[in-house]
Amino acid sequence: MSLVRAERLVKTYRTGEVKVPAVRGVDFAIEAGSLVAFVGPSGSGKTTLLNMIGCLDHPTSGTLTVLDTDVGALDRRAAAEFRGWHMGFIFQDFNLIPVLSAYENIEYPLIMVQAWPERKRHEQVLRLLEAVGMAGQAGKRPDQLSGGQKQRVAVARALATNAKLVLADEPTANLDHDNAYQVLALMKRMRDEIGTTFVFSTHDPKIMSEAEVLFTLEDGALREAQAARKPEAAHA
Amino acid sequence: MLNVLKIALRNLARFGRRTLLTASLITLGVVAVLLFIGIAGSFKALMIGQFTDGVLGHLEVHRKGYVASIDNLPLNLNMQPALVQKVEQVLDKMPQIDAYSERLKFGAMFSNFNETTSIRVNGVDPGKEAATIPLMPGRIIEGSKQPPPLKTGEILVPKLLAQGLKVKVGDTVVLVATNLQGSVNAKTFVVRGVLDSASGPSGRDGYVDIRDARSLLRITQPEVNEIAIRLKNPAQLDQVDATLKRELGAIVNQQGKPMLEVHTWADLSPFASIVRMIDLLTLFIKIMLVTIVLVSVLNVMIMAVYERVREIGMISAMGTPPTRILMLFLTEGLLLGVGGTALGTVLSLAVVWALNLRKIVFNFGMQTGLVLSPSVSASDVLAVVAMVIVMALLASLQPAWKASRMDPVRALGHV
Repeated sequence: MSLVRAERLVKTYRTGEVKVPAVRGVDFAIEAGSLVAFVGPSGSGKTTLLNMIGCLDHPTSGTLTVLDTDVGALDRRAAAEFRGWHMGFIFQDFNLIPVLSAYENIEYPLIMVQAWPERKRHEQVLRLLEAVGMAGQAGKRPDQLSGGQKQRVAVARALATNAKLVLADEPTANLDHDNAYQVLALMKRMRDEIGTTFVFSTHDPKIMSEAEVLFTLEDGALREAQAARKPEAAHA
Repeated sequence: MLNVLKIALRNLARFGRRTLLTASLITLGVVAVLLFIGIAGSFKALMIGQFTDGVLGHLEVHRKGYVASIDNLPLNLNMQPALVQKVEQVLDKMPQIDAYSERLKFGAMFSNFNETTSIRVNGVDPGKEAATIPLMPGRIIEGSKQPPPLKTGEILVPKLLAQGLKVKVGDTVVLVATNLQGSVNAKTFVVRGVLDSASGPSGRDGYVDIRDARSLLRITQPEVNEIAIRLKNPAQLDQVDATLKRELGAIVNQQGKPMLEVHTWADLSPFASIVRMIDLLTLFIKIMLVTIVLVSVLNVMIMAVYERVREIGMISAMGTPPTRILMLFLTEGLLLGVGGTALGTVLSLAVVWALNLRKIVFNFGMQTGLVLSPSVSASDVLAVVAMVIVMALLASLQPAWKASRMDPVRALGHV
């Protein structure tokens, strides 16, 4: 059973009287434990697709199933709960909370979303800090960290709730190449160690080559599905 | 909740200057209101004290219709001895009453043998009057203040009259009065003292012993036309007023109509409107405080939401329930209110304490040397604190609601 399955997925935005199609009848499936990239130029529909998979946006038509749940049918509150319990997010701009330390940023979803007990929370945060190589920077606030360090903290935060699926929209766009590869390597390692599925979007050819499955989008349509490293993981 | 509080505190600290400015505004507002309440309350208490302890008493009992024609000081509305006895029985049973004084008020002509003028006179039992109106002996500005303030054959003359007729302590004067039957009688008195004027009705009356008053008016029975009452605790005024109206209202004439009327000092004194004006001013100051809190907290919270749109989008995207986002912003508003109020309360109490140490003296009307002694009651503090905190919460509600309803996709794309 696929972790994510989309059938004839359509998303159309309305600007006044004008309808703007962002995603046009896309079908794809993502297997658990894979490292998947949606690639394509700006405006190709990558972010829209990620937003729909992440229950941040609703499809206009078609079906989208994530973890056996028809996420298109979830209302706002249910979608928030679903995200909180099953998904993690990594953003292009890191989006760490500036008033919290690295430790507290990772701890944040465990307090505000899942309400873990303190001791268990502490163990989880320390484990993740260690895993992303930030154990020595736990007390630093985002403005005291480099871009790469911030994104490491963001990866740890996305994994804090033991999410089965982590969505990353252009996670390396604000990083230099060294840091971009390190972050991707970290995502792979986390996938290998804890089996989390990572889905990210990018338009950087060097970064997309690191993905195991590539979905190429063009004008909202899926042009190509390519199994780069782990062909059994994807079925277009 | 503790974690929400911690994050809210840090968010406030993040925008330190703005937080400080808003909290200072709230502090300033709280200080202004509490000081106004304290000082106005002191002024009000002093003013009321002048009326109740210097002239009127807290309550007065008369025959029905007497107050309506009090300018004429009618003698046909006197309370007869049997009626007086009934009233006294009611008063003696009430533990809230500290003292009462029967009065026989009348109009007379006052002569120093060269000049004559009119005078309003209170015939009183000096001991009972001093117990009921404790500031009265203090109004004696010339002559002996040694108790009793008055003996038979003596008169206390109001200051303006003494000045006008050039009457001094020890002089002999004559009072000429017309009794109920129209018979005119005169009696000589020795001036025992000169009374300073007091604000309000009866503040320029003369005083004689009630036995002299009856003798002058040729009243053989112990009739009175006014009973002034002093309460142990003035705060019980409304309660005692209601009880007295009920108890004395049961005393009816042959037609079954009530024979007596009860009035509070506020009913009898035109200066009660000043007291009401002070209350009104206090209300307006409170409304201003509410406005300050509402506008400043609303402003700062709107800015907080506007500046943190992407952050709100991020916490919403990661699955933070909308109610928790609402709580976070409400907590920030609440903390602003609580912080500003706490500081304001401490400052206000410190200033009130300092003012009491300083003992500021002021004059009011004819009274001089009144000492300002502001005080802020716990109920006043609690009311202001509650008002500010509720307003801070209300002001945060709209921005917090907006934050909790924000679409994460739009918020994350906000520039």
